Amino acid sequence: MRTSSDSGGPIAIRCDGIGKRYRIGLRPRYRTLRETISGMVRAPLRAMARRGHKPANDERDLWALRDLSLEVRRGEVLGVIGRNASGKSTLLKILSRITKPTEGQAEIHGRVGSLLEVGAGFHPELTGRENIFLNGAVLGMIRREIERKFDEIVEFAECGRLLDTPIKHYSSGMYVRLAFAVAAHLETEILLVDEVLAVGDAAFQKKCLGKIGDAASQGRTVLFVSHNMLAVDSLCTRAICLHEGRVVLEGLPAAVTSRYSQNWLPAFKEVVHDDIESAPGNDMIRLHRARVRPLDGSPTDQLTVRTSLAVEFECWKLAAHSRLDLAAEIFNEHGVSVFATAENRESPAPAGLLRSSFIVPADLMNNGTYRLHFMVFLNGVGATVVADWEDLLVFEIHDAASELRGAFHGQWPGALRPNLLWQTELLEPLPVSVAGLRGNG
Amino acid sequence: MISSDSLRANAVSTSIIRSSNSAWTLGWADLERHRELLYFLTWRDIKVRYKQTALGVAWAILQPLAVALALAAFLGRVVHMTSDDLPYPVFAYAGMVLWQLFAQGVTESSNSIVNNERLISKVYFPRLLVPLSAILASQLDFAISLLVLVLFLIYFRITPTGAVALFPLFVLPVVLSSLGAGLWLSALNVKFRDVRYTINFLVQFWFFATPVAYPISSVPERWRMLYELNPMVGALQGFRWALRGQGAFPAQSVILAFFTGTALLLTGLYYFRRTEDTFADFI
Repeated sequence: MRTSSDSGGPIAIRCDGIGKRYRIGLRPRYRTLRETISGMVRAPLRAMARRGHKPANDERDLWALRDLSLEVRRGEVLGVIGRNASGKSTLLKILSRITKPTEGQAEIHGRVGSLLEVGAGFHPELTGRENIFLNGAVLGMIRREIERKFDEIVEFAECGRLLDTPIKHYSSGMYVRLAFAVAAHLETEILLVDEVLAVGDAAFQKKCLGKIGDAASQGRTVLFVSHNMLAVDSLCTRAICLHEGRVVLEGLPAAVTSRYSQNWLPAFKEVVHDDIESAPGNDMIRLHRARVRPLDGSPTDQLTVRTSLAVEFECWKLAAHSRLDLAAEIFNEHGVSVFATAENRESPAPAGLLRSSFIVPADLMNNGTYRLHFMVFLNGVGATVVADWEDLLVFEIHDAASELRGAFHGQWPGALRPNLLWQTELLEPLPVSVAGLRGNG
Repeated sequence: MISSDSLRANAVSTSIIRSSNSAWTLGWADLERHRELLYFLTWRDIKVRYKQTALGVAWAILQPLAVALALAAFLGRVVHMTSDDLPYPVFAYAGMVLWQLFAQGVTESSNSIVNNERLISKVYFPRLLVPLSAILASQLDFAISLLVLVLFLIYFRITPTGAVALFPLFVLPVVLSSLGAGLWLSALNVKFRDVRYTINFLVQFWFFATPVAYPISSVPERWRMLYELNPMVGALQGFRWALRGQGAFPAQSVILAFFTGTALLLTGLYYFRRTEDTFADFI
C-alpha cells in the first residue's frame, strides 16, 4: 500500500517496500560466546539426528516492518500512530539510519535531525554548558551553529543559573528541559520526533508542541510519532497508522486517529478460558474470564475518561473451605501503580463458578494504557499468594472532550484525572475607593 | 542562467538508505561531516575520566610510574634483569609509557561501543568515531607520561641523540595496533558480552608477550620471528633504540611491527564496518 499526499511539493522522504526483520529465537538468542561455541558444536550433531525429518523451526522471524511504502512531501507534518510494537519506532530508527532495513530502500532529501530520545549523549558529570555543546554535536549541529543559538537554548530551557553546574545535580524536570531545548534548536530540513513530548510538565509540553508547530510553518518536514491523539490531531497535516509493521490507515489526522481508536485497540480487554482443566490457576482456584467493560452500553464500546468501568473476574473456586480474597492493582504506561483494590471477605465463598467485580467511577482515570495485575490471597490480603497474574488485562482509556480541558490540547498531567468541582464565591465586594479607581468597576 | 530555486534544490542533500553498506569503504564523507563530533567525544572522554578523582591527571603519570618502580625494585634490584645498556628504571619506564598507551587504548576502545549504548541506539553518526575518540583520549595520558620520561633522562644523565626525532615512528605502530584490536573487540563486545571479561586477561597476556620488563635478548633466537609478530615488540625496540642513541637499528622488528599493526587495523576496520549496521539491534 502506497500512501502519499495530494499536495504537490517536492518529495522529502520516500520509502519503497521497507522491511525489517528481527530474529526471535524460541530460546533466548545466543548472547555469550560459550553458548555460541557450544551451539556451533551441537548444530551438526543435531542436524545428523534430524536427518530425514523436516528441519525444526528453531527461530521465528519477527517482521517489525513489512513492505512499507510511503511518501512525505516537503513541509508536511506526518503523524505516525499505532500500538506498541506496531513498528513506529523501527520506522524512525531506519529513517534516522540507526538501524538498517532488511529489505527495500528509503530516499531522503535533506538533512535529517532525529529526536528519538531527549538528552542522548548527555553526561551527568559535565556541566549544562558543556552538555549543550556535546549534545548539539551528537545531534549533528556544528559548533558555530551551537554558539550562535546558545543564548536562545539557555533561555528556552530556563536554566541560566545552573549553567556551570554538573547536570547530575539538576532536577529531572530541568534535565528534560535542557535536553529538549538543544533538540528544539536543530535546524534540519527534516525532523523525526519520537514521543519526546511524553516528558516534562504541561507548560513545557505546550512550549514543545509550539516548537514543532513552528518547524512546520517554516516549511520543514516533520515525522511525528506519538500516542497523544490530540497532539497528532492538532499538529499534523496527515497521519498514518501502523499495525504489525504495515500501514493500515492513512489520511487526515482526525479521521485516522478516530478510526484507530475504534479498530486498533489493545486486545486484552477480555481473556476467556473455557476449559476448567487447562485454565490458568491451581487446585484452589482457576480463572475462567476477566474483562474490563464500560458499565453502561455495549461491551465493545470504547473506554474513555468519561465512562465508568466495570472490572469483572469469573473464577472456578475449587477449594470449598479456603478463604480466598481477590485483589487487583492497576498500573499506567509509565509503570506507576495507580491504585490497588482487594476483596475483604468475612467467610469463605462457596465452591463453584464465581463472579467478582468492582466499578471504577467515571471521571477518575486519566487517559492512557493500563495494565491489570490480578492476585489471589489465601486467608487475607497480604498473607499467602495463591495466584498471581501480571498484565492479565491491558486496556486503553481514551481521551474524550470534557469541560475540564478547556482549550488545553496537551497530555493532561497526573496519574489520575478526577473531574473536581471548582467553586468560586464572592466574599466581599471591593471597597468603593478602589472600585472608583478602576473607572467602570 | 540558474534560478535561485534550482540552486536551493541542488543544495538539498539526498541520501539513500539500503540494507547494507560496503564494508570495504570507510564512509569517508560521513566521517568528514562529523569531524566535530569526534572532537567533542574525545574532549568528553578526557574531561570525564578524572572528574571526581582526588589526584586528577596525576593518574596518567602514576600508573606507568608505579609499575615501572615495582619492576625496578623486584626485577632490577632483586633479580638483576639485564636491560640493554639503559639503566633498568629508564628501561622499564620507557617500556611502560608505550605499553600504557597501548593497553589503555585497547581497553577503553573495546568497551567504548557498549559504554555508549544509549547514544548508539538513539542517534546516528559514524560508529567509528566512538572507538576512535577513545584512542585519541588516551593520547593525552601518553603525552603527560612522556614528560616524566624526560625527567628520568635528566636524572640518569642520558643525553638523547638525534634519533629521538624518530619517536613518532615508533608510536605509530602502537596506535595502529591498539585501534585495530579496539575495533575488533568493540564490535565483538556488542554481540558477546564475554569480551568485556576477556579484555583484562588479553591485555595481561599481551603484556607478558611484550618486552616491557625484560630485554628482547632473553627471548631465544628461534622464537624471535614469531615473537616479533607482536607489533608492540618492534615499537618498544625502536623506542628504546632511539633513547640509547647507539647500537644497531632494530629494522626487522620495526618493519614487522608496521606490517602486523597495519594488518590488525585493516582487518579490524573491515569487521567493524561489516557489523556496525547491527549494533543498534544487538546492543
